[in-house]
Amino acid sequence: MIMWMKYRWLYLLISGVVILFGLFGLAKWGLQIGVEFKGGTLIEYKLEKDIGSEKISQAVKTSGIEVVSVQKTQTGSYLLKLGQVNTTQRVNIKTSLTKLAGSADELRFETIGPTVGQELVTKTLYGLLIAAGGILLWVAIQFKSIKFGVSAVVAMFHDSLVVVGMYSIFGHFYGAEVDLLFVTALLTILSFSVHDTIIVYDRIRESKKAYGDDLYDLANKATSETMVRSLNNTFVVVFMMIALLLLGGETIRWFTATLLVGTLSGAYSSPFVAVPILVTWDEISKKLKNR
Amino acid sequence: MTPSNIRRLILILVLVVTATFISLPPKFSNLNFKIGNFSFSRKFDLHLGLDLAGGSQLTFEADMSKIAPDKQATALTGVKNVIDRRVNLFGVSEPTVQTSVFNGKDRIIVELPGVTDTQQAVDLIGKTAQLQFFEVKDIPKTLTASASSQLVPTELTGADLQSASVVFDSQTGKPAISIQFTTDGGNKFADITGRNVGKALPIILDNAIISAPIVQAKITGGSAQISGNFTVDEAKQLAIQLNAGALPIPVNLVSETSIGATLGADSISRSVLAGIVGVVMVSLFMILAYGKFGVVADIGLYIFAVITIALYKLIPITITLPGIAGFMLSVGMAVDSNILIFERFKEEKLKRDPAQALEVSFGRAWNSIRDAYAATLITCFVLANPLDWVFLNTSGPIRGFAITLALGIIISLFSGIFVSRNLLRLFVKDKKNKMIDMNII
Repeated sequence: MIMWMKYRWLYLLISGVVILFGLFGLAKWGLQIGVEFKGGTLIEYKLEKDIGSEKISQAVKTSGIEVVSVQKTQTGSYLLKLGQVNTTQRVNIKTSLTKLAGSADELRFETIGPTVGQELVTKTLYGLLIAAGGILLWVAIQFKSIKFGVSAVVAMFHDSLVVVGMYSIFGHFYGAEVDLLFVTALLTILSFSVHDTIIVYDRIRESKKAYGDDLYDLANKATSETMVRSLNNTFVVVFMMIALLLLGGETIRWFTATLLVGTLSGAYSSPFVAVPILVTWDEISKKLKNR
Repeated sequence: MTPSNIRRLILILVLVVTATFISLPPKFSNLNFKIGNFSFSRKFDLHLGLDLAGGSQLTFEADMSKIAPDKQATALTGVKNVIDRRVNLFGVSEPTVQTSVFNGKDRIIVELPGVTDTQQAVDLIGKTAQLQFFEVKDIPKTLTASASSQLVPTELTGADLQSASVVFDSQTGKPAISIQFTTDGGNKFADITGRNVGKALPIILDNAIISAPIVQAKITGGSAQISGNFTVDEAKQLAIQLNAGALPIPVNLVSETSIGATLGADSISRSVLAGIVGVVMVSLFMILAYGKFGVVADIGLYIFAVITIALYKLIPITITLPGIAGFMLSVGMAVDSNILIFERFKEEKLKRDPAQALEVSFGRAWNSIRDAYAATLITCFVLANPLDWVFLNTSGPIRGFAITLALGIIISLFSGIFVSRNLLRLFVKDKKNKMIDMNII
């Protein structure tokens, strides 16, 4: 049997490096917040003539609207991020772009008031806390120990830290924005992470009956037993996500990328974060008792 | 094979055939038949969300500043009902109007599938449309001021209307609104016109005079015509607003989203392609990793896919882009239950004979599957927020994602466990002695 738990320091080191890397990105660049949270306007146009983003930006500015950015998408349309735009201004933009480019087809239009965004942040935080609380309770009850619940939730937050950190790097280099889909992805990763952790926990719970109480050995055994399953399952999810990432189009690209990073982190964190924490916690509490 | 095994296999077969039929594209899956006098027709269509089918979402905020706190809830429901009626009269198919109260902000969220020109919709929904008839009272000349006239509201308002419709003025040919009063309103109107013969009777909509006809004679019969300077569209809109009633409180547009139909169609074709490629890759992987067992898993995966799509159509579930991602994630989970069981089988097979090992693997794997799925369902519950808790999101796309993921998990219990178990039993029992040859070892 492989003594997985012997190398706890190594797993901690790997996690630490990845998280520090992400935290560095967060501290230096922060996150790119999308219109849904910040308030503002997003319009996508398909133009007949490609007049370039510089001209589009100027045309919009002359209508007296703040321009945050103008991007060309893969499909050749233009994505405009603007300040608040009312209905008349929306028509004005379209008319001036039609003049410049022959025709301007509005593919989508979103405008969000600043208070709506504030609300989303609050509701999202509540959602995160309730989901985490529910999962902690569920795991603690099913495995009859608060240690299991807490270790699983710590692994969960490890994964969210990894994802948020990586997202600030995606945001800085590729313009990935925090939107409602990112929040959805984050919450899904939490449940995925716990899913994997529970599978390993289950083997510990099962072996406990036959092999007694030494968590260190039980953890090594459970990790070995679930390793192939964990790898194969990760392959499957990664296949699906890569297909979506490469073929699924612009709108869900960052959503899928987030899920991909999260899946990898979630698969890693179950045997290499949740279980080591559980074992270490158990060792410490035993030492304290024996004293 | 035992009779109960056969029964189960027949059940699976019937379900799969039905589900496959329903999940076919609408061209093939619509039921139309006639037996004697009995005719049956049913369409099976996928309901696409705004982001795929194209359409708009408008969020209005109600101005509660002049409403007493205890009356605000009633006022908001009133606003919702009026907007509901207006949207329905506007002729949008399957609109939804929801209210949301959070942190003291009262909002009305309107979703209009297929509508991308929102200017008209915003005008239609957002106008208070308070109609009122005024009288002109003359104020005689006094020492300090010359003679003037003053507008005095009458008791006749938009609430006294029975119906309003667009007509064309017989003299000018311009669009006008023909209104029919309720009995009570008709009496009021007769009184007012009776005492104002020869004078103007201004009609005011949201604090602006739209027309001030001169009363020629007392009008009985309870109908009248408003000829303002309308375009046909304006007249239609006003008729809708008058029929639906005035908003009890003013509303403001705070956010708006609209997705063009072309962007939606593009997203669908891309996701379908991605889905097919993903599923094919997963299927191949399972065969490579688990051989014949992988084939069983792939059959389970096929059953999973058709049942899921059939349920999307039957329930029906509105498919959004995140919803498609939820579906693909649940494919991953459906396969995972098989992987778990097969890996377990590899272990158990070393300890006992294959048929027994199979049963033990399913039993043991079930514990972990149950606990793990329950954890995911907890997250789905928070995301979908089925009880409409005000402190959580009620956003359509997130909800769509959570519902498809939850449904996927439940169906995968059936396809990944019940179906594969019965198929494998068949497999393992009939070829009991050949089990050792299987490349699963």
